Amino acid sequence: MNNKSMFQKEYLGRTIVTIAGLFIIVLTISIGAFLFYRGTATFTANHHSVAEFLFSPLWEPAQQGSGGKVGAAIFIFGSILISLFALVLATPFSIAAAIFMTEISPRLGKRVLQPAVEIFVGIPSVVYGWVGLTVLVPFIAKVFDLPYGYSVLAGSIVLAVMIFPTITSVSVDAIRSVPIEYKEASYGLGSTRWQLIHHIVVPAALPGILTGVVLGLARAFGEALAVAMVIGKMQAFPENLLLSPTTNLTAEITADMGNTTLGSEVNNALWSMALLLLLISFCFILIIRIIGKMGANEK
Amino acid sequence: MRQPSQRAKTADKAATGILYGIAGFFLVLLAAFTGYILYKGIVAFQPEYLSFTRQGIGIQFFNTVYLVVLSLLISAPIGIAAGIYMAEYAGKGWMTRFLRTCIETLASLPSIVVGLFGYLVFLVMTGAHWNLLAGALAVSILNIPSLATVTEDALEGVPEYYREGSFGLGATHWQTITGVLLPTAMPRIITGIVMAAGRGFGEAAALLFTSGMSSDVNFSNWNPFSLSSPLNCMRPADTLAVRIWALKTEGVEANAAQLSDLSSAVLILMVFVFSLGSRRIGARLERRLTGESKGNEK
Repeated sequence: MNNKSMFQKEYLGRTIVTIAGLFIIVLTISIGAFLFYRGTATFTANHHSVAEFLFSPLWEPAQQGSGGKVGAAIFIFGSILISLFALVLATPFSIAAAIFMTEISPRLGKRVLQPAVEIFVGIPSVVYGWVGLTVLVPFIAKVFDLPYGYSVLAGSIVLAVMIFPTITSVSVDAIRSVPIEYKEASYGLGSTRWQLIHHIVVPAALPGILTGVVLGLARAFGEALAVAMVIGKMQAFPENLLLSPTTNLTAEITADMGNTTLGSEVNNALWSMALLLLLISFCFILIIRIIGKMGANEK
Repeated sequence: MRQPSQRAKTADKAATGILYGIAGFFLVLLAAFTGYILYKGIVAFQPEYLSFTRQGIGIQFFNTVYLVVLSLLISAPIGIAAGIYMAEYAGKGWMTRFLRTCIETLASLPSIVVGLFGYLVFLVMTGAHWNLLAGALAVSILNIPSLATVTEDALEGVPEYYREGSFGLGATHWQTITGVLLPTAMPRIITGIVMAAGRGFGEAAALLFTSGMSSDVNFSNWNPFSLSSPLNCMRPADTLAVRIWALKTEGVEANAAQLSDLSSAVLILMVFVFSLGSRRIGARLERRLTGESKGNEK
C-alpha cells in the first residue's frame, strides 16, 4: 500500500469529485442559458414586448414567421390561480398533520403517517391526473350540475393532494427542531398541550413551515400533466373562478410544443413560457433563502 | 404548578380531537386512493394486456425498467461524487455557496422544463430522433440534485471519531472517504438511490419530448444495433407513465381506459415496492454495518 503514490491515494479521487461538483454548476448554467436563448427570441427575433407577453390576453401566435399576438396572460393567470387555491386547500391540513405527527402522537406519526406521506410523494403525477380525470371530474360535474367537471377546482384539488406531502414533511422537520427547553418551559408554566403548540411550537417553527409552503407552491406551479388532464385546456379566463375550465402555462406547453416547428413565433412563445417557469422557480428559491435568513436572525 | 383554566382545557381537548380527525382523514384518503386504483386495475385485467404488443403494457414496462436503470447508471456516480465533494472537500467560499444554489435550483426545476432542455440538447442539437437514452439523461438531471443532497447528508451524519480514527492511522482524506465514511453512509445513500429510482418510474413530463410517446420494437430481435431491438437505447420508447398520458390525450385504442387503469395499478404497486424496499434495505444495511443485533431496531 505504501508504494501507491499520493496521486492515487488522494488527488485522483479528489479531482473526480471536484469535477462532479463543477459539472452540476455547468449543467445548471447551461439549462438557464439555453432556456434564456430560446425564451428571449419572442422579444428579440419576433419583436414583441415583455409587457405584451405578460399582460395581454390575446394568444394568436403565427405558425410561420412573425406577426401574431403572443399574450400569455390567460396561461399565467391560470397557473397562479390554480396553485394558490391548491395552497389554500393543502396548507392547513398539512400543518395539522405535521403537528399530529410530532406533538400529538409521535409513535403513530412515525409508524403510520410517515410511511403514508412517503407513499403520497411516490405516486406518479399522471396517476393523480388519471384518478382526477376518472373520479374527481365526473364528481364535480354531478355535484355542481355542470356539463363537464373540468375546472379550476378539479386542478386545485389534484394539486393540493400532490403538494400536501411536501409541506407536511418539511413542517415535520421544522417542528422537530424546536428546542426541547421551549416545551419544558411552557409546560412548567402550566400550559396545556394546545397552548404549547399554538403559542410556542408553531411560532418557533414558522420559518421552516413557510419554507415547506413555498416548496409546495413551487411544485404546484411546475406540475404539468396532472393539471393538464383535469383543467379542461380552455383558452379563456375562467368565468367562474372555481368552476370554469381554463388552462395554464404547463398545460399549454405540453399540448402545443410537439406540434410547432422550432423557431416559429408560436414555438418561441412557448419557450418564453418555459423560461418564465424557470425564472419563477428561481424566485421561489430566493424566497426560501430569505425566509431561512430571517429564521436564523431570530435565533 | 398553575392549573390551566377550564377554557384552555376544553380548547386543548377540542384541538386534539380535530388533529386526530385530520390524521385519520389522510389515512382514509390514501387507503381509498390506492385501494381504488388497485381495484380498477384488477377489474381491468385481461391476460393479453400483459403481452408485449400494442394491446399490452409489456413493452412499456420493459422500457420503464430499462430507462430507470440507464438513468441511475448515469446519475448515481455523478450525484454521489458531487455529494462527496460537498460534504468533504468544498470550502466555505462563494463557489460552494453557488454550487448549493445550483443544486437547489436544479431540484426545484419543473420536470417539463428539464424535458424541454433535454429535447433541445439531446435531440435538436444532435439531430437525433426521440430516443430512450435522451429520456434517461433527462431523468438523470432530475435525480442528480437529490442524490447529491442525500450523499452529503449521509456523510455528514457519520460520527466525527470515525474520521479521526482513520486519519490517526495515517489514511489520506480520500482513503478515509472510500474506506470508512462511504461504507458507513451507504445505507442512507442506497435509500436515496431507491427513491430516485421510484421517481424515475413515475416520471412522464420530462419524457414526452425526449424519449417520445410510442415504441416500435420487436421482441425477437436482440441485436442491440438494430432500431427495432428492445436493447437499442437510441429507439423511441414510451414508459408506463407516458403511456397513461398518451392514452388519455391521443388514445385511439378501444380499451384505452382499461390499459390506463392497469398501468396506474402497476405504477402504484411499484411505489409500494420501492417505498417498502428502501425502508427494508436501509434498515438491514444499517444493522449489518453498525453491527447492532436485530432487537435494537426502533
